[in-house]
Amino acid sequence: MIATLGLAALWLAAALAALQLLGGFLALRSPENPLAMAVRPIAVVQGGLVAVAMICLVVVFCQTDLSVLLVAMNSHSAKPLLYKFAGAWGNHEGSMLLWVTIMAMAGGFVALVERRLPEPTILATLAAQAFVSLGFYAFLLFASNPFTRLDPVPVEGQGLNPLLQDPGLAFHPPTLYIGYVGLSIAFSFAVGALLTRAVSPTFARAMRPWVLGAWIFLTLGITFGSYWAYYELGWGGWWFWDPVENASLMPWLAATALLHSVSVLAARNALRAWTVMLGVVAFSMSMVGTFLVRSGILISVHAFAVDPTRGQFILALLAINIGAALTIFALRAATVTEGERFALTSREGALVFNNVMLTGALGIVLIGTLYPLVAETMGAQVSVGPPYFNPATAIFVLPMLVVLAIGPLLRWRRDSMGRIGKLLLAPLALGVVALGLFALQPIHLLPLLGLGLAAALVVATLIPLWGRNLRTLKLPTWGMVMAHFGVALALAGMASDSAFTSEKLVAANVGDKVELGPWSITFDRVEPVPGPNWTALEATLHASYAGGEPIELKPQARAFWSPPQPTTESALATRWNGQLYTVLGEQAEDGRWQLRLWWKPFVTLIWLGGMLVALGGFLALLGRVASDLRRLVAIDKIAYRRTRQGR
Amino acid sequence: MNSPIKAKHQRLVLVLVALAALIGAGLLAAWALRSQASYFYLPAEMAANPPEVGRAVRLGGMVEAGSIKRDTDGVTIRFVITDGKARVPVRFKGIVPDLFKENSGAVAEGKRGADGVFVADNLLAKHDEKYVPREMKDMTAGQARQTVEETK
Repeated sequence: MIATLGLAALWLAAALAALQLLGGFLALRSPENPLAMAVRPIAVVQGGLVAVAMICLVVVFCQTDLSVLLVAMNSHSAKPLLYKFAGAWGNHEGSMLLWVTIMAMAGGFVALVERRLPEPTILATLAAQAFVSLGFYAFLLFASNPFTRLDPVPVEGQGLNPLLQDPGLAFHPPTLYIGYVGLSIAFSFAVGALLTRAVSPTFARAMRPWVLGAWIFLTLGITFGSYWAYYELGWGGWWFWDPVENASLMPWLAATALLHSVSVLAARNALRAWTVMLGVVAFSMSMVGTFLVRSGILISVHAFAVDPTRGQFILALLAINIGAALTIFALRAATVTEGERFALTSREGALVFNNVMLTGALGIVLIGTLYPLVAETMGAQVSVGPPYFNPATAIFVLPMLVVLAIGPLLRWRRDSMGRIGKLLLAPLALGVVALGLFALQPIHLLPLLGLGLAAALVVATLIPLWGRNLRTLKLPTWGMVMAHFGVALALAGMASDSAFTSEKLVAANVGDKVELGPWSITFDRVEPVPGPNWTALEATLHASYAGGEPIELKPQARAFWSPPQPTTESALATRWNGQLYTVLGEQAEDGRWQLRLWWKPFVTLIWLGGMLVALGGFLALLGRVASDLRRLVAIDKIAYRRTRQGR
Repeated sequence: MNSPIKAKHQRLVLVLVALAALIGAGLLAAWALRSQASYFYLPAEMAANPPEVGRAVRLGGMVEAGSIKRDTDGVTIRFVITDGKARVPVRFKGIVPDLFKENSGAVAEGKRGADGVFVADNLLAKHDEKYVPREMKDMTAGQARQTVEETK
């Protein structure tokens, strides 16, 4: 019953999307067309209907309604409620429904609140949004229907991949998807502005909150996903350059570039065509990511099902959407007039550098991710890993981070290095001292550069606050400083993790003591423990840092019974200066247990930095939205007074 | 270049800078991929045409029955990966993946040592029906065919 309701809502929403596209298209010709007037309400209702469909899916998962194929394939009545709930998107069909839900709701939200731009531009934007949505509706309804029924109804479901049975599943996919799909708004704005020849600072100011919002969620999603992989996979790493991780990194790189170029367009009316182009590229990267993850050409914990027709469907969608957008861009780029001029040494110049370097890094990641797929079609099986990605991206990212220290200090339009040189002396000195100190230790080149740069950046990113009245400083400025400071912290964490991690792999008897860096770890016992849908062997360790109070750690080797699959659950001890990471391996024939231990100084700064970056974005968004609201209220007041005077 | 460049030229300069960066990224990627991409080998390929010592590659095949031996340190294991045509001895120090066992497929990431032993930094095993290393998908199908032919 509920499944039927969900499917009906989905079909209705798809029909409304078609109507929305038609209405937006007619509006391009005659804005007074009645259907054109209905575009905004249609977009809102469409968003509501898809939300109903998504809620229906969550409900059938929570009820474990096994007459729904998807539930039978991916759920189990003994699963804890949290995973029944989150399991709704822990599979291919459900995650695509979540994608469409966020896309339609974002469109509805734009229709509801966006009043700054000329009406034709908004209608064209909503038409573009409907165009993209329609493709995904078709994909959902014809190739990945989440509400397909199963007859006869099975007695029990097959369960959820145990690696996904973690509270992280409740937050990570929705967060990342809001980011991915939020970029579709930037894409539609770009197309809408091109179609109606309205690329202007107003357009940039209207687009900026959406880009910011999507980017905040992407940042959070990536930060969180990285931490999840770190503790769940038990390999002690936080980034693997796995194609699926790259699929989330590429939109982030593009969105970061877009975020900075849209600021230039809003403040200085420059980089016009480039900003529009980035809007198209950013969402294209989201779709490339979806294609990689959802097509089944990759086999990973993220790729739920292998079905080649789905891959072709998404590839076709990708080609149509990107192709159409690029065609419009090519046809209209000439009408986007030249922006304001600026000198090389200026805020704009620094932001152009940032954009170019981010695009370069994006190219490196894109090529490295797609290369194995291309090579495979030519008969060679290749994998591309950290030895390629680390140095190749660093070539672009490290210079960009140097400019990150300088750019925020520069004035718009024209400036000189002489003016800001003095300010940069302190961070420069700190960076050089750090480099000198760490160079004495056996550290590889990249982490060494990272440490030196991080030391300089921690100070340099705070200089924009120097000499300012902190009480009157605007929120977006606070946000920028905080986000840049977060980048410095994250860089410090990454460099420290690769430079100073100590690792030990031992076979230990119960009662043994292991020394690792400043830690002394006692292996107390191993005992079986039961869980709701697993049983585990749990080790108890007592770790003491530099002779201090011992901390208890309980790493587990879990055996899930539906589906039957073993997983390792790491146990972490977090201190202000790093994390102790412990994994329990198997028992050898002689009765000894394998223990793998890592001491990772300051590794937590990576995620703390990531959170600060997102929080900085949030402050900026808050500041922008607040000032927009104030302006709207002021305009309304003036309009109100005028009508009264006119009477 | 402290004075604003002429408007027309500025756009051109920006386009050229962006193009240069992208082409640079492309060239860099091509060069780095040539030297850093790690190729996949079956034991027979590795025997016929061994990769340079120390070059990162992946080796995939079946873990030979009865070949898994543990060193006295308790954490180093030695085993043999085979494809029915050739055998490559492998050494691995670490916690083996959960579903790593004899007569089952595995992919070892690592380098060939000078002594001919493949030193694995990482082992990938079949995780469940839904998570198989990419190379093993075809491999196990191929091996199934081969087994059928051998038993004919």
